[in-house]
Amino acid sequence: MSQKSFVWLCLLPLAVVTTAFFLLPMARLVVAGAEGPHGLAGYLAILTEGRYRATLFNTVLLAAATTVVTLIVATIAGMFLQRHRFPGRTVLIAMLTFPLAFPGVVVGFMIILLAGRQGLIGDLSNRIFGEKFVFAYSIYGLFLGYLYFSIPRVILTIMAAVQKLDVGLEEAARSLGASPWAVQRDVVLPALAPAFVASGAIAFATAMGAFGTAFTLATNIDVLPMLIYTEFTLAANFATSAALSVGLGLITWLILALARTFSGSAVAAAG
Amino acid sequence: MSTAGHGAAVRIEACGKTFADGTRALDPATLDIARGETLVLLGPSGCGKTTMLRIIAGLELPDAGGKVLFDGKDMTSVPIERRNVGMVFQSYALFPNMTVADNIAYGLKIRGVARDEQAARVAELVALTNIIGLENRRIDQLSGGQRQRVALARAVAIRPGILLLDEPLTALDAALRDRLRSELNRLLRALGITTIYVTHDQAEAMELGDRIVVMRKGAIAQIGAPREVYFAPKDRFVAEFIGAANIVEAPIENGMLILPGGRLPIEGAATTANVTVMIRPETIRVTNAGTEALSGVVDSISFIGDRQRIVVSGASSKPLNVDAPNTIQAKVGDRVGLSIAADALRLLPSEP
Repeated sequence: MSQKSFVWLCLLPLAVVTTAFFLLPMARLVVAGAEGPHGLAGYLAILTEGRYRATLFNTVLLAAATTVVTLIVATIAGMFLQRHRFPGRTVLIAMLTFPLAFPGVVVGFMIILLAGRQGLIGDLSNRIFGEKFVFAYSIYGLFLGYLYFSIPRVILTIMAAVQKLDVGLEEAARSLGASPWAVQRDVVLPALAPAFVASGAIAFATAMGAFGTAFTLATNIDVLPMLIYTEFTLAANFATSAALSVGLGLITWLILALARTFSGSAVAAAG
Repeated sequence: MSTAGHGAAVRIEACGKTFADGTRALDPATLDIARGETLVLLGPSGCGKTTMLRIIAGLELPDAGGKVLFDGKDMTSVPIERRNVGMVFQSYALFPNMTVADNIAYGLKIRGVARDEQAARVAELVALTNIIGLENRRIDQLSGGQRQRVALARAVAIRPGILLLDEPLTALDAALRDRLRSELNRLLRALGITTIYVTHDQAEAMELGDRIVVMRKGAIAQIGAPREVYFAPKDRFVAEFIGAANIVEAPIENGMLILPGGRLPIEGAATTANVTVMIRPETIRVTNAGTEALSGVVDSISFIGDRQRIVVSGASSKPLNVDAPNTIQAKVGDRVGLSIAADALRLLPSEP
């Protein structure tokens, strides 16, 4: 057997799995999306129909906010954890990355325990202000949940990037007179840009498509995965849910591609 | 050169450094560096030279009691960003997200210097460091030698009182290192800034230093001009670290060093049971056997080009390394005479 055919043989399982469980269902989904009463125009509904468009807008906004806040929190925490040694550090890192193992349902459950009707925050606010703050069942609760499971994903990437930072760069900037803020702005953040793009993309894509948390919190939260679910199971509207699914995938991909292009020059320079 | 003739005098007083884990990196040391002087900190890795440089820079705090003074002003607790020092790192630490020109101008930008003044200064420095035409390059488009020049230009752009260089040539290959060494020497003389240069390469130290501080295991072994350190090393470590040295242990009788292969007149000592003597290989002359008081047998010959290294055994208790002119005809096994001037024998304190 030649070297080349051996390589092809090794790739065969991958090809089979990809075809059977990815390409074929995807193709079927794309076809199903166009099988509605409006045909191919069903695909445009996500943009033309007011309710869908508002949901799309909401979802993108939520995912973007999750990404930005996650990056800010994880960068500060990741930098501190990587640069300092203190007792309990490894335990803290383990705790911070613990949510990686949680399914969305559990995250949703935890949000309800925190900010639900019987939640901790409601209890406290009731005692202090005489009023229960309950926000678990809204998009704010969802935001908190997404934050909770995005942070570990991002923090690990940032920590690895911080570890690879040349401390000499910061020392050089300081020797030239840069204040600690200027060092962060001119040296550290540009050097971390590739890690921001990589981990931010994961946080964004996860927040766009996550379903378990939203489903646990409430069925009337206005995000695309929930809309797909209701169209599919409650309204049995296969064509629309298929079109929305394809749309969700395409739009997420498009936004990530744009983000990559815009940050491309910065990343290449920091490379 | 507008940068010429400025610089601060540096004094470090009883500066030691013990790290958090208890490692002693530097014993308390006191050192004066004159305005405009180039001082080289020389020693093997782990000798404390970089720690001393970082204390002067303000990147490390000396142990309690240590003081760093610039022109008599106590700078010990002043952070590096307000010490006005230019620093060149071994890795160069150039900012990868900026062009060559932006790197050089960074310190000026931070100081709020006007844009046209920044540009003028950058133009002046790229000319000085021979990197004209590279201003708009990214750092990853530069060769090692070019990076070294950019790092130097960036460090002197801010007109520092003190220039600190941490093994700036170590990352380069040998031929380039030699060329950049003489270029750096010319530049440092032209700038006239007080310079502290850390290296483990004695050739660099000799060429660049007005004075050399030889360090060993966190302590200063000797301070002196290059010639002084080379010809009159204070102890065996300095003798062996700087240049090649034959270390001979033998007794002295009536002003003569008694060796297995003969006797040599020696200065500065009467009868002593046992002394340690340093003989530089290039101070030994190979002659015909029988004409000299000292003789031995050629063990091996390595032809280096401009000279040959002949190893002669039997003359002293250990084989002697001799740097002979490349014209000398000798074969392995030949018996040869060795002539050594009395002042080439350097008595060293014997060590336990």
